[in-house]
Amino acid sequence: MSETDEVLLSVRNLYVEFATDDGLVSAVNDLSYDLKRGKTLAIVGESGSGKSVSSMALMGLVAGMNAKVSGEVYFDGQQLIGADPESVRKLRGDRMAMIFQDPLSSLHPFFRIGDQLVEAVQVHHDIDKKQAQVRVKAMLERVGIPDVDQRMNEYPHQLSGGMRQRVMIGMSLINNPELLIADEPTTALDVTVQAQILELLKDLQKEFGTAIILITHDLGVVADMADEVVVMYGGSAVEHAPVREIFYEPAMPYTWGLIASIPQISAKNAHLDPIPGNPPSLINLPSGCVFAPRCAFKQLVGDDLCEHERPQLSLISLEHASRCHLTENQRTDIRRARLIGRQK
Amino acid sequence: MLMVFMLTILSIVTFLLFNAVPTDPARLTCGKTCSPATIEANRIRLGLDQPLITQYLEWIKGIFAGRTYGSGTATFNCDAPCLGYSFRNGEQVTDMIVTSLPVTIYLALGAFVLWMVGGISTGIYAARKKGKWQDRAIMGVTLVGYSLPVFFIGILMLIFVVVRWNILPYPSYVGPNVDTLQFLQTMILPWISLAILYAAYYTRLTRSQMLDTMSEDYIRTARAKGLPEKIVLRKHALRAGLTPIVTSAGLDLAGLLGGAVITEYIFGLPGLGRLAIGAVTEYDLPTITATTLVAATFVIVANIVVDLLYAAIDPRVRLQ
Repeated sequence: MSETDEVLLSVRNLYVEFATDDGLVSAVNDLSYDLKRGKTLAIVGESGSGKSVSSMALMGLVAGMNAKVSGEVYFDGQQLIGADPESVRKLRGDRMAMIFQDPLSSLHPFFRIGDQLVEAVQVHHDIDKKQAQVRVKAMLERVGIPDVDQRMNEYPHQLSGGMRQRVMIGMSLINNPELLIADEPTTALDVTVQAQILELLKDLQKEFGTAIILITHDLGVVADMADEVVVMYGGSAVEHAPVREIFYEPAMPYTWGLIASIPQISAKNAHLDPIPGNPPSLINLPSGCVFAPRCAFKQLVGDDLCEHERPQLSLISLEHASRCHLTENQRTDIRRARLIGRQK
Repeated sequence: MLMVFMLTILSIVTFLLFNAVPTDPARLTCGKTCSPATIEANRIRLGLDQPLITQYLEWIKGIFAGRTYGSGTATFNCDAPCLGYSFRNGEQVTDMIVTSLPVTIYLALGAFVLWMVGGISTGIYAARKKGKWQDRAIMGVTLVGYSLPVFFIGILMLIFVVVRWNILPYPSYVGPNVDTLQFLQTMILPWISLAILYAAYYTRLTRSQMLDTMSEDYIRTARAKGLPEKIVLRKHALRAGLTPIVTSAGLDLAGLLGGAVITEYIFGLPGLGRLAIGAVTEYDLPTITATTLVAATFVIVANIVVDLLYAAIDPRVRLQ
């Protein structure tokens, strides 16, 4: 694409709340980010951090789940939150598409592969089945399905996991969408297949100029794919930076914890550094920093500030923001002491 | 194969009814004024003096090849499929079944179509409106409908529609070829009373199936593809939740084809159920065994049809 610097998706102050019997669950709390055409934004976090829900919300896929979505999401200038559901439906699968973690459960078990893709074409294009099949066949060949003619007549359970995810990718990209949301696309696959799928995604992204939101908890995948990273915790972005900065100059304790949790074969002390504690309950979130209960560094901040005041997402440098009360000097000292990130 | 085996077992069990009754079958063949000589003559004529195994084989032979009763000059033929002669009126049981079976088939099929269409579409609607007042209202009404016995609904309809309001003439069965209007006028109430009962159940079944499948990942995929909600529900969700509905439908239909006893009685329909009940009250053994055999055959065939439909619905069930 020529206009690579053009912002395709702009998310501003996104909130998603679910009314449940136990109370109001704040799944996404004030999330903002921009995604440029053809770029990849990784959203990283633990389960329940709101990374999937935020993406489902902007696709309009949380309707009917008693969800209350507010904020602004501009897709190519069009506000999606509160928009007519029918106009959002027409975007889905056409200009914005989604692939999911488990390709077996995500494909309909009772319909032929070919028919499922043909349906995806025909819902957005007024063409007959023959023409749609030609397109489907070309796409399945492009995503690396062998014996396409035969495979199109098979059912999902007859394919391997990697083939199924290739089919899902083919189905999501069949209408050449500008945005692809990939929700843990490789988590359910064998490691060798994971690499193939990521390569395929990168190739297709280059070929079609698709912008990708990559939802994952795998920092290896992030390093491989992402241009920018949003780290989410407790429904909010706690750090947002270009991918190199996340790994080289992570700026807040949760990100440090994530990076320290990556197993490293070269490390002399071979034990992992897990983050103690559990993710917060999203009902009645603490008024202070959501990460404070698990934070090892909160006593460095005076006056119990971390417990009482929610830190703002503030800029550290032009492209790097984080949500933490620690000062710049404190962070540098801690990173140096703990051997986190790039050592200067 | 399995079907043949099951039918064989079934025929043996039904045949043994002859000997399970606490009376002499030969005695049942003649009326109140009956001399011991006549009883003995009948016993020999009907082969009831033979060993049990011979009697059974004769009976089976009669079904497939026909049989001849009596010996010498006093013989009479019963062509295949021969199910014996009614003790009650001496008619061929096969003829009685051939006359009454269509009535039951019309009754069952008509009600079946009504309740499947009504139940499934209401179930889908309720699932779509889950938790809203429409859903609650439907669930409430179906619970009532499901709890009401068919004789209550049937009699209520007769009283109001026929007796009080005179909307329809009093039901009197004729074949659809004889007088189509009268046929429809007679059948409409039985169809509705049976359908109400079953539709209530199928509404609830469809609703719960839809709600189950709607949380599946492939439904989310269908929405992510941008399919309209109507197609998501009717094509993707319903198809996936269809298996238990098909199972119930097959067995319920088979059950009704064996005779909707109460409904046939209330509306005076001369169907299989009435034939069976009449036979039971009068110890008409050949008719009892025959109606039992027919009803049970329906159930066995329905089971096989349901199994075949599974494979048609779910490709994972198909043999490789």
